[in-house]
Amino acid sequence: MVREIEKEAGIPVVQIATIVPIMLTVGANRIVPGVAIPHPVGDPESGPEGDRKKRRELLQRAFKAMSTEIKEQTIFKD
Amino acid sequence: MTYRVVHYINQFYAGMGGEDTAHVPPSSRDGIVGPGLQLQNLLQGEAEVIGTVICGDSYYGENMEKAQAECIEMIKAFKPDMLIAGPGFNAGRYGVACGDICAAAGEMLGIPTVTALYGENPGVEMYHKKTYIVETSDSARGMRDALSRMVTLALKLLKKEKLGTARFEGYIHRGIRKSFFHEKSGAERGVDMLLKKIRGEAFETELEMPVFKKIDPAAPIADLSKVTIALCTSGGIVPFGNPDHIRVSSAEKFGKYNISELKDLTSENYESIHGGYDRVYANDNPDVVLPLDIMREMEKEGVFAKLHDFVYCTTGTGTAVANAEGFGQAIGKELKEAGVDAVILTST
Repeated sequence: MVREIEKEAGIPVVQIATIVPIMLTVGANRIVPGVAIPHPVGDPESGPEGDRKKRRELLQRAFKAMSTEIKEQTIFKD
Repeated sequence: MTYRVVHYINQFYAGMGGEDTAHVPPSSRDGIVGPGLQLQNLLQGEAEVIGTVICGDSYYGENMEKAQAECIEMIKAFKPDMLIAGPGFNAGRYGVACGDICAAAGEMLGIPTVTALYGENPGVEMYHKKTYIVETSDSARGMRDALSRMVTLALKLLKKEKLGTARFEGYIHRGIRKSFFHEKSGAERGVDMLLKKIRGEAFETELEMPVFKKIDPAAPIADLSKVTIALCTSGGIVPFGNPDHIRVSSAEKFGKYNISELKDLTSENYESIHGGYDRVYANDNPDVVLPLDIMREMEKEGVFAKLHDFVYCTTGTGTAVANAEGFGQAIGKELKEAGVDAVILTST
């Protein structure tokens, strides 16, 4: 799905999920590793504030990913 | 001599529970558990399942190196002659775990390994060169057939019998080429194939072309403050009540939902219908999968210009690759027409 959206629309698609090898297999180009499978963009166990903070951090990383020139599949770890 | 087999299964097949227990760390039990019973019967005394190693699918998926190391220690303790994992059918995390533990056991313990997965399971692409993967149907309805074919292959490997081609033995090819003399020359075989093709008859290629589905990365965003960003998810987040009746797994469609009036997803307006992970967190606060709340905040702060008025949602568990590609094409087309500049897609 990620790959086909990027191909069809010609715009950067950042995928945030937890199992990085699967994202590499399906052909995602800009990859941000998520927190956990049931909550990729949140950390509910650290309370509402911690959860929101984590989500903001991951989205900032996604913005960085979509603004970065890349030549191949890239994992944005920080 | 009776060969010693260790069986790897997940928490579900061990009867420990479904998604609610997918975080259990590895554990080891003597003898058979769950599908091990049928495995044991099929082995007909030629080999014995001496132990079972169990790990929660999410635990394995989220801590691959650690989970692998822990499971390997447990497997090693049984001093096995072989590891059999699964079958994992089309379960993504389970399939990856089965492939990974088989690859690791083969490499670190030097024993033959067999697992069984559906052809589209991501574990196949990742591990088919490192273990024997028997091709199965996409669900546990094919359990009996899968186990029986796994056992046939496993016994051949244990007895070090000569194997035929991957197609003949029923496993997914490992990319290994063996040289042998054929009664017909390559030229004759090539022409035979060509004639069959012209006549519209079935023929089997001797050189399958690899399918590399990679695309060149799209150009980056130059000025974030001017762009419209869309959110998508395969995490099964939908308006409460699932108005489009999107399936909990093996989705055949995606939903498009207007979020222009929404600032936050809550347990009252949205929910998760995904059948492949523990939905407790997502149902309590769907933002942990589809991050609408913080996107709105950052839109207001001017980090980017606009959040697209629609989100696209489907369920990415057991979904056929062809369907997922079709969703992507349709969504991509709409986003392009709508003038969206970038996408954040979350998956579980």
